[in-house]
Amino acid sequence: MSIAIPSFKVETGTRASSFSALIGAAVLVLAVAVPFLVPRGAVQDLFFILTMLVLAQSWNLLAGYAGLISVGQQVFVGFGAYTMFGAVILFGIDPIVATLIAGLFAALLAVPTALFTFRLYGPYFAIGTWVVAEVVRLLLAQWKALGGGTGTSLPREATRDMAGVGLLRDHFGMKAAEASDALTYWLALVLAAATIGLIYRLLRSKQGLGLAAVRDNEQAARAVGVDARRMKALVYLTTAFLTGLAGALIYVQKARISPDAAFSVTDWTAYVIFIVVIGGIGTIEGPIVGVILFFLLQNLLSDYGSWYLLMLGLVGILIMLFAPRGLWGAFSDRTGIQLFPVRRMLVGDPLAHTPKGGPHG
Amino acid sequence: MTALLETRGLKAFYGDFQALFGVDISVAEGETIAIIGANGAGKTTLMRAISGVLASDPDAILCRGEPIGALAAPDVLASGIAMVPEGRRLFPSLTVEENLLIGAYSRKVGPTWTLESVYELFPVLRERRSNPATALSGGQQQMVAIGRALLSNPDLLLCDEISLGLAPVVVRDIYAAFPRIRASGASIVIVEQDIGQALKVASRVYCMMEGRITLCGRSSELNRDQIHAAYFGAERHGLH
Amino acid sequence: MGFIDTIVQGVLLGGLYALFAAGLSLVFGIMRLVNLAHGDLIVLAAFLLLVLVTGLGVHPFLAAVVAAPLMFGAGWSLQYVLLNRTLGKDVLPPLLVTFGLSIVIQNSLLEGFSADSRRISAGVLETASIGFGPVTVGFMPLMGFLSAVAVIVGLNLLIYRSAIGRAFRATSDDTVTAGLMGIRPQRIFAMATGIAMVVVTIAALYLGTRANFDPTAGPARLIYAFEAVIIGGLGSLWGTLAGGVILGVAQSLGAAVNPEWQILAGHLAFLAVLLIKPRGLFPRAVD
Repeated sequence: MSIAIPSFKVETGTRASSFSALIGAAVLVLAVAVPFLVPRGAVQDLFFILTMLVLAQSWNLLAGYAGLISVGQQVFVGFGAYTMFGAVILFGIDPIVATLIAGLFAALLAVPTALFTFRLYGPYFAIGTWVVAEVVRLLLAQWKALGGGTGTSLPREATRDMAGVGLLRDHFGMKAAEASDALTYWLALVLAAATIGLIYRLLRSKQGLGLAAVRDNEQAARAVGVDARRMKALVYLTTAFLTGLAGALIYVQKARISPDAAFSVTDWTAYVIFIVVIGGIGTIEGPIVGVILFFLLQNLLSDYGSWYLLMLGLVGILIMLFAPRGLWGAFSDRTGIQLFPVRRMLVGDPLAHTPKGGPHG
Repeated sequence: MTALLETRGLKAFYGDFQALFGVDISVAEGETIAIIGANGAGKTTLMRAISGVLASDPDAILCRGEPIGALAAPDVLASGIAMVPEGRRLFPSLTVEENLLIGAYSRKVGPTWTLESVYELFPVLRERRSNPATALSGGQQQMVAIGRALLSNPDLLLCDEISLGLAPVVVRDIYAAFPRIRASGASIVIVEQDIGQALKVASRVYCMMEGRITLCGRSSELNRDQIHAAYFGAERHGLH
Repeated sequence: MGFIDTIVQGVLLGGLYALFAAGLSLVFGIMRLVNLAHGDLIVLAAFLLLVLVTGLGVHPFLAAVVAAPLMFGAGWSLQYVLLNRTLGKDVLPPLLVTFGLSIVIQNSLLEGFSADSRRISAGVLETASIGFGPVTVGFMPLMGFLSAVAVIVGLNLLIYRSAIGRAFRATSDDTVTAGLMGIRPQRIFAMATGIAMVVVTIAALYLGTRANFDPTAGPARLIYAFEAVIIGGLGSLWGTLAGGVILGVAQSLGAAVNPEWQILAGHLAFLAVLLIKPRGLFPRAVD
């Protein structure tokens, strides 16, 4: 008598995902060419979308996958932006190099920040992150060399002489402002693609499985040997780095900073949460859908000021109550389509390999 | 005469997992019945379904002929069915007396049971009334859980595994209170793994296995082999 | 005498913070819900008082008496209709829904009342003060502190000495078993939020008469409330008062050195406590 071993395969890929990889490549090629194809205003719009996407993907990783619900991610946007300003203004560093430094500094800031906020349980963690953001904002508002409470601007020549701007000017005949917009756009594109790639790989890796286990049941995950604290800390540091990079990049383009704007909870957290919630928390596709929708709403309705924000708040609440997996989640549930599949599926039919008769014979 | 409690083809589910497959029991006014069965037979599920913790079909559970299957736990209590849950489930933030009083939170008219009469039933609780409930011994905690249920003045008292984990002498003390509970007019359903204890207290016994009733009869008329077969299952019976 | 005066003003300010915090603490204790719109609800109540005071021409204290049952009803309905749906094992839905609510309240107030900062006039009481030896304290700040003490005494009596309080604690321990006792957890939660909104009304009375407020003042109140709760330790209302006082004194001392450092000094005191005693200064045994 022999026992047939069922042949299982663990797969995460779907047919839609290989298709989407193709589409993705095509979109990426097209996206690279954008600054040569569309007017400057559209490039700026796309820059905005891409940077918001990076922030949204980061927050989604943090809250949707690691269960760390932060309402204080603006601390890394603001700190990243201020680091970049400091490096440019005080040390004369190229803004692009300064942006990289800013990402590292944001990750560094996450270490002491985690020391405080990780002591707080679940919902209190959220407010704890907010307090930390306030503290950093108030401290930076004391820094007179960077304009104190009123803020300051990047020197005009800093962006004009940015690495690469000259190249674009000479070879493609772009104006300095145009060239610097194109450059920041490309950087945002690289950052967004890298962020999605990084998160996708993380979630498909063994660590990603551990992360899902921690989110679903922290105690059980610990019992099977997942180091929940380390996982969460790792995700927190990673998102701080990404958020800091995005923050710095946004302010290279804005070229003017103030503590209130750089640490704005509305701009860098409320909008981001809205994007993730409406698109679908806990999916990679969700923030992509969310950011496009958000951009459309922003353009259509932002003239209505507080009515617009009021509506965003209401829509967010309704989505949370009635479609907690967001638009993409609802779509994916109905069609089964996943562009970035990270769920593991057992492929193979165990019954096909066992002889007839149940296990009890 | 309509029964005080009746279940008709009661099914229960935990998500996709079916735990009860059409259970029929009935309890008459003033009667004490026992439900026996091995671990996992569905006894506790049955209690949870009757008490409204688990939702079921409206007509699957009747109280004096009225459908109560779809009612939530507070509404089941209001129709006169109180439960002593498995594992006692006392409130750790409350003292012994507060645990008892919470039983009277939404009491019906006709106070058969008062704090005073519960203290007479279980005098040791009076001495420990101001202690946190969790500071008591297992047996005393069980007394609190029973007293707490009595304070709602139930017509039917469901006792889920009240002897579980207690020393025989303690179990005896607790069951010693049953004649007085019966004398108050309440019907009682006890869920027991201890068959001897169940047969002693109850006039009728139901035996459950794998979510079904496998035996039902008067305690005095059932013999050992019948119970053994119903408890462990007929096929496996032969293996022993 | 400046130093003692600074401390006394800080203690009184701490009373106000304890009022901000008491409702947050009550709701968290019973249903583990942190309402991110708590500060905005305080500001909403302040605007309600403002409307009553200017519209009906009544004194703020009387306006608070009128507003309290309205706010109770609003809190009860908010919890019963909206927030109860979000409660469960996952902490994400309640946080995000209350965060959305915070944005909705802020922007509704902006639409209704503009961004101007307002103040509720308490008439002659505003400038009235009482001398205690070398220290003079304002009547309204003193009343605020005494109200905080009264609120905490009252809430403790309610929680530990009343039938509804027993039901609160039982529900907090175990909602399923509470249901078996005839307690309807949904109504208990609604009741708790209703009571929290009564406390919020009292907090709004002293917020509005003490200083200017505007529609965006909510988040900062939430943060002070939260800091007071964490400094004091979860689960203890007297701890929350102590936490409020520590925060108030820290802010007051910070402001004495440099007015720009008032808020920062409070945050730093909070972070110091979090670092040294993460469970707060007066934590309850379990929780």
